[in-house]
Amino acid sequence: MLTVTIDGVEVEVEAGATVLQACEQAGKEIPRFCYHDRLNIAGNCRMCLVEMENSPKPIASCAMPIGDGMVIHTNTPQVRKAREGVMEFLLINHPLDCPICDQGGECDLQDQAMAYGLDHSRYRENKRAVKDKDLGPLVKTVMTRCIHCTRCIRFATEIAGVEELGALGRGEHMEISNYIERALTSELSGNIIDLCPVGALTSKPYAFTARSWELNTTETIDAHDAVGSNIRVDSRGRSVLRVLPRLHEDVNEEWLSDKARFANDGLRRQRLDRPYIRCDGRLQPSTWDDAFSAIADRLKATNGDRIAAIAGDMACAESMIALKDLMTALGSPHVDCRQDGAKLETEVRASYLFNTTIAGIEDADACLLIGTNPRWEAALVNARLRKRYLAGGFRILSVGPELDLTIPVETLGGGPDALAALADGSLSSSAVLSNVERPMLILGQGALARFDGSAILGAARCIAERCNMVQDGWNGFNVLHTAAARVAGLDLGMVPEQGGRDVSGILEGAGNGDLDAVFLLGADEINTSDLGDAFVIYLGHHGDAGANRADVVLPGAAYVEKNATWVNTEGRAQLGQRAVFPPGDAREDWAVVRALSEVVGHTLPYDDLASVRARLAEIAPLLGSPDEIGPATWGAFGTDGAMNSDPFASPVSDFYMTNAICRASETMAACSAQILGAGPRDTGTHG
Amino acid sequence: MSKERASFEFTQALRTEADKIIAKYPKGRQMSAVLPVLDLVQRHNGGWVTTEMVSAVAEYLDMAPIRVYEVATFYTMINLEPVGETLVEVCTTTPCWLRGCDEIVQACEETLGIGLGETGADGKFTLREVECLGACVNAPVVRINDDYYEDLDLHRTRAVLELISRGAIPPPGSQTGRKTSAPASGPTTLSARAGSF
Repeated sequence: MLTVTIDGVEVEVEAGATVLQACEQAGKEIPRFCYHDRLNIAGNCRMCLVEMENSPKPIASCAMPIGDGMVIHTNTPQVRKAREGVMEFLLINHPLDCPICDQGGECDLQDQAMAYGLDHSRYRENKRAVKDKDLGPLVKTVMTRCIHCTRCIRFATEIAGVEELGALGRGEHMEISNYIERALTSELSGNIIDLCPVGALTSKPYAFTARSWELNTTETIDAHDAVGSNIRVDSRGRSVLRVLPRLHEDVNEEWLSDKARFANDGLRRQRLDRPYIRCDGRLQPSTWDDAFSAIADRLKATNGDRIAAIAGDMACAESMIALKDLMTALGSPHVDCRQDGAKLETEVRASYLFNTTIAGIEDADACLLIGTNPRWEAALVNARLRKRYLAGGFRILSVGPELDLTIPVETLGGGPDALAALADGSLSSSAVLSNVERPMLILGQGALARFDGSAILGAARCIAERCNMVQDGWNGFNVLHTAAARVAGLDLGMVPEQGGRDVSGILEGAGNGDLDAVFLLGADEINTSDLGDAFVIYLGHHGDAGANRADVVLPGAAYVEKNATWVNTEGRAQLGQRAVFPPGDAREDWAVVRALSEVVGHTLPYDDLASVRARLAEIAPLLGSPDEIGPATWGAFGTDGAMNSDPFASPVSDFYMTNAICRASETMAACSAQILGAGPRDTGTHG
Repeated sequence: MSKERASFEFTQALRTEADKIIAKYPKGRQMSAVLPVLDLVQRHNGGWVTTEMVSAVAEYLDMAPIRVYEVATFYTMINLEPVGETLVEVCTTTPCWLRGCDEIVQACEETLGIGLGETGADGKFTLREVECLGACVNAPVVRINDDYYEDLDLHRTRAVLELISRGAIPPPGSQTGRKTSAPASGPTTLSARAGSF
C-alpha cells in the first residue's frame, strides 16, 4: 500500500493504481471521457488533468501510476483552467446540436461542459464535418460529434473480440471507422452505445423515440438467455422503449447482449392481447369467461392422466409452480420444462447448474466445451471466457462444432467419440485438463438434447471426476442453459413424475391419441404438428407456433410485464419487476393459472404474489433468497449407456432468433439478415 | 495507374521479399513488419495500395485488416489513391514556410501545370503538400519520390523539376552546394588549417 495526499487528505492506495483511481478513492470526482475502468487506458482526452506537486505541468490522472508520497491537487485554479482549456478544444469541432441529439440529457460531454465549458465559443473557423459510418442495424452514427475517446475501438478489440473498429487518419483528420462498411459482427455491439460519452454512437432502433427524462425506469432481469443479465427497462406509457444493462459484477458486469438490448420492439408486435377460442378451425377473439369455460368443459371430461403440460423457455418460476400444482391437482404426472428434450435430471442439483459460476470462470485454468457455442448461447459467458483468456494461461478445448469464440479453441472432435476418449483418458489432450489446478467444463444443451443425452451427461460427469474438476471449494462441472426458465423449472421439479411422460412422450401421446389435452406455457419451440388431435391450451404472450396450433389461447405477460422470479444458469434466483402492464386483457401468467384452477374445480391455495413466492420457497428454498448461490452438492447422475456418434450441434442456429419475442422483432430480423447474412425473408411482396 | 480494384495476392517474388523483412523481427512479432511490407507492396504497385492490398497485407501478417488500414491512413507515405510516376511533396510546415515555401509551391504549380493535390492528365507528376519532412535546417524542402531537394528557391525548384521532367535525376540534397547541413555561410569552426599555430 502506498500513501498519497489528495487535496490535503492522506489515502492508502494499492500499488499499481492510477492517480485517478486514488482520487476516486478519496471521494474526488475526476471528469473523464476516454478512461473507463474495464478498458485499457488510452489517456487521450486529457479531461482528467490534475496538479501533482513537483510536476511543472498538470498530469493526466488516468494514465499516471501512483507513487508513494505523491501530493495531488484536484481543485486548484490551475486544474480548473487546464480542464477548461481541454473542454474548449473538445468543443471546437463538436456540433452544437444537443436539441436534436439522442444523447441529450444523458451526455457526458453535456454534463461536463456545464462544469468546465465556456458560455461562448471563441472559434471562428469552419467546424469539421465527418461522414457517418454504417455500423449495421443497431448502432447509429453521427461521427461529427465524435471526440475520439476511442472507447468503442477498445471495447470492440478487447471485450467483444472483434477487431473491426479503428482510428483512420491522423490529427484533425482522424475518424473512427470500420474497415469495410458493414455491420459489426459482435453480439455485444450495443455496449459501445453506452460507452460512447457523446452522441456519436446512439441506438438506431431507439433513434428520436424519447428523451431520457421522459422515461420510467424499472430495474429487472433479462430472460432472453439463461445468464440472467441485470437490466434496466425504460418505458413510456405501455411501451418499452429501450433496455439498458445494470451493473452486476458476478453476472453481466456492465454489459448486455444485443438480443437482450434490442429485441424490445418484439414486445409490441404479434401480441396476444385477448383470449381466443378455435371455432370452425379458426381462432376467434373471445373473453376470459368463455375461454375458461371452454377449457373447463374439456378438462372436467378428461381423466387427469390424459392431460399434459409443457413449460417453454421464457416461463417464470411463479407460472411454472402454479401450472405444476394445477396438473398435480388434476392428477396428471405428465409435466416437463425441457421442451428441447434435454436429458437433464433433477436429483442432483449440481448436475444442472453452472457450478463454477460466471464470475468463477476467472479463477479457472482450463476449460472444456462440450456441444456448446457460448458465444451464441450466452454471449456474456463467452465475454467472461474471453476475459479469462486475455489474463493468460488459459486453454479452451472443445468437443462439438467448429467455433469462433473470438479466442483460440482447440477442437478435439465433433461428437461423443472424442468425449468417450476423454472420459477414459485415452486422448492425450485430457492432460490439459487434469494437469491444472482448477479445470472446468461447460456442457451445452446441444449435447444433452439428444436421445443419448443421458449417457453424455454421464460421460461429462466421468470427465469431471477423472480430471479432478470437483474439489473442495471448486466445482468445475457446468451446464450452460439457453432457456431463462430452465433452472427454475428443474428446481421446482417441473419434470415428469413416476410414470409421467417427458416432452417427446407428451408429443407422442398427443399424436397417437393417448393424451387428450396439452397445456403449453409459452412453449413455442416444440414441433406443434406432432400434437395430433389433442386439445391444446396455450398460455403465452406472442402469437407464435404454440398459439397457432392452440384450441384455446390465454394471453399472458412477457418477461418485463410481470413481477417474476428467474433463476439463471448458475442457480442464482433474481427478482424481476414489472416495467409495463401486459397489453389488452393479458394477465400475469400465474394469476391466469390460478383463475383457471378455480374454474376447473381445483382451486390453488394462493391468491397473491407473496403466497406464490412462499410456495416457491417451500419447494426450492433458494428461490426465496434472491441473488444468493448456494454450493450444490455433488452426486451420481447420468447413465453409462452407449453414445451415438453423431456430432454435436449448438441449439442456437441464429443468435438473433431464439424465442417468440425475437421472432416478432423487426430489429432482430434485420440483424439476422445483415449480420449473419441469413438474407431477408420473403415478404410476399418481395421482388 | 488504373483504379481497378482487382483482388490481390502476394506473388512468389513479393513473398520472398516480405519474408526477408519479417525475419528481422522476433518470431511472433510479424505485425511489426507492417510498414515495410506496405511499402514493399506499394512499390510493387506503382506507388499506391488498394484496399485489397491492405487486406492481403493483413492476412499475410496475421492481423486484423482495420489495424493495417489504420497504419496506412496514418502515414502520408502510404498512398491510398493512384499517384503519378513522380511524386512531388512540398513541405509547408512552419520552418519551411518561414523560409519561403509559398514560392516553392508556386514554382511547382507553374512548372508542372497542376495544383496541390492533383495529378497531371499524363500521369507523370503528382503534387501535394506535406507536413514537416524533418529537414528544417535546410528549409525549404521538397521530397521527390525517395529524394530530398533542399535549400530551394523559385529558380532552383524550377531547374530541378525541369531536369526531372526531361528524365534526368538531379543530385539530391542541398541545391546551394553546401554539404549536408553545414552552416549556409561556410564552416564556422575547425576552419584553421592543421599546423598553422
